[in-house]
Amino acid sequence: MSWGAGSYAPQEPADQLRIGHRAEIVRQVEDARRRSRLRFRGTFLLTWLVLIGALVVAIGSTGRVHIDFVSEWAPFILGGVPVTIFVSVMSILFATVFALVGALGRLSRIAPVYAAASLYVSLVRGTPLIVQIIFWYGALPQFGVVLPPLVAGIFALSFNYGAYMTEIFRAGIQAIPRGQLEAASALGMTDGVTMRRIVLPQAIRIVIPAIGNEFIAMIKDSALVSYVTIQETFWRASTTGSRSFRMFETLLIAALIYWALTIVFSLVQERLEKRMAESEVRL
Amino acid sequence: MTGATGRAAAIGGVERDPHARPGALTPPGATPIVRALELEKYYGSNHVLRGVTLEVYPGETVCLIGKSGSGKSTLLRCINFLEEPTVGVIEVDGIRLAADPLRARSRAHREEIRQIRLRAQMVFQEFNLFPHLRVIENLIEAPMRVKGVRRRQAIETAEKFLEKVGLSEKRDEYPSRLSGGEKQRVAIARALTMEPKVLLFDEPTSALDPTLVGEVLVVMEDLAHEGATMIVVTHEMSFAREAADRVCFIDGGTFVEVGLPEDVLSRPSDPRTQEFLARTRLG
Repeated sequence: MSWGAGSYAPQEPADQLRIGHRAEIVRQVEDARRRSRLRFRGTFLLTWLVLIGALVVAIGSTGRVHIDFVSEWAPFILGGVPVTIFVSVMSILFATVFALVGALGRLSRIAPVYAAASLYVSLVRGTPLIVQIIFWYGALPQFGVVLPPLVAGIFALSFNYGAYMTEIFRAGIQAIPRGQLEAASALGMTDGVTMRRIVLPQAIRIVIPAIGNEFIAMIKDSALVSYVTIQETFWRASTTGSRSFRMFETLLIAALIYWALTIVFSLVQERLEKRMAESEVRL
Repeated sequence: MTGATGRAAAIGGVERDPHARPGALTPPGATPIVRALELEKYYGSNHVLRGVTLEVYPGETVCLIGKSGSGKSTLLRCINFLEEPTVGVIEVDGIRLAADPLRARSRAHREEIRQIRLRAQMVFQEFNLFPHLRVIENLIEAPMRVKGVRRRQAIETAEKFLEKVGLSEKRDEYPSRLSGGEKQRVAIARALTMEPKVLLFDEPTSALDPTLVGEVLVVMEDLAHEGATMIVVTHEMSFAREAADRVCFIDGGTFVEVGLPEDVLSRPSDPRTQEFLARTRLG
C-alpha cells in the first residue's frame, strides 16, 4: 500500500515495538492524508480553470462576441440584481406565511380545513409556475382585479413556493417528538399554546436549512416574473438582447449573475447551518 | 439513596417521623385526593387495564410495580388522561371526570382534562424538557402561559424549586448541556412549579445511566418525606422500600397485591408477586 509519503516500510519486528517508531508512522500517515487532500483540491481548481478557459477561448475565437457591447450593457443588466433580490426575499417571506398556514391546515383534524389546505397544495403543485404567474397578472383583470406587476409577481411566487414549503413545514412539525407534546399537555397547555410556544419554535429550527434551499431556487425562478414586465435581471438581459440581436452576450451576463448569486447565498446558508449545528440549543 | 432517612417532616405543625408508620403523613380523617375507579383500558382488542381501582390519600407515596406490559404505566397515564380510559372514573382534588372516549375531543371534555392535569403533574421517563428553552424558561413557561402567573413571581417560584433539586447554578443552561440526572431533576422542578396536588412519576430513572439514578431518587425521597402526594411507577425496589407508604403489584391489568412495602416486598403472599420479585433481584 502506498501513501505517497515515502520512507516507511516495516522491517524488523523489533522496530515495530519501539514507541518512537509508532509516533513516526502516525505522523507520516497524517502527512500523507493532508497532502492527498490538498492535491485533490488543487486538481479540482485546475480542472475548472481549464474547462472554463477552453470555453472562453473557443467562443472568443469565433470572433462573434462583442466585448464592447458587453461592457456597454453589463451595468444595465446588473441593475436588475437589486430587483431580483428584492423579489426573491419578499417572495420567500410571504411563502413562509403561506407554508405555515398550509402546514397547520394539512395537520388539522378538522375535515374542511384539511381539505382546503390539501386542495391548495394539490392545485398549485399540479400546475406550471409560469401559468400561475401570468394568471395572477393577466387573467384576473377579466374580473376587474388588476394587480400591479410587482404585486402579481411576488404573490405568484409566494403562493407557489408556499405550497411546496407546506410539505416541508408539515414534516418539520411532525419531526417534533411526541414526548414534547405530552409534556406540554401534561403541564396543562392548550393546543394553541403548545403549537406557538413549544412546537413551532423547534420546527422552525429544523426547517431553516430547507428554507435556504428554497430561497436559492427562488432566485432562479424569479426570472419568470419578467413575463409580467418586472424589470429584474433576466428581463433586462432578454430585452437588451432581442433589441440588438445580441442574445448571447446578454444571456451570458444574466447567467453569470444568477450563478454568482446562488454561490454567494449557498455560502451564506452553509455558514448559517454550521452556526446552528454548533449552537447549544440541541433539538 | 438513603439521604433522607431519619428525617422528620413537619406537617400541620406536628413533627412526625415518616417511618413510624407508612401513611403517617396522611392527616387523620382525610379523604382520597386521587381516585381511579374501575378503570378499563383497551388498545384495540388488547385489554390492558381490567377494572383497576386506586385511591391515594394526601401525603401518601404509592409505588406501582410490575413487569413491563403489566399496565402500570397505562394506569398512571390514565390518571392525567394522557391516555383516555375506555371505562372508569378519575377524580383528582375533587374534580371528577368519567372516561368518555367517544367525546374525547370535545371542547368541554378537554377543558376538564386540563383542570385535572393542572393538579396532577407528571414526570416522564424521557424527561421531555423543552430543548429550545433554558432551564429557567422551562420552569416559568407553564406557570406564565397556563396559570397566568406574572413573570417575576414565576421566576421566584422557579428559582425556589431549582434550589430544592440542587440545580440553581444551571439556571441559564440549555437542557442539552445537562446530564440525564440533572435533566430529570429539572423536570421534577418543572412539575413542582405548577404546585400540583399529586405528582405522577412514570419510570423516572429508567432512562438514566446507573450512576445518575441516585441523585434523582434522593430528590424524590425528600419529596415523599416532606409529605408530597406521589404515585410512582418504578423498578427501583430500594426506593419503594424506603419511601413508599403503599406498594401495588400489578399484573395483567389488575392489582395482584397491595400493601405496606415491607409486606409486599419482603413477604409477598401471591406467587406472581414472589416470582416477579425473585426475577427483579436476580436481574
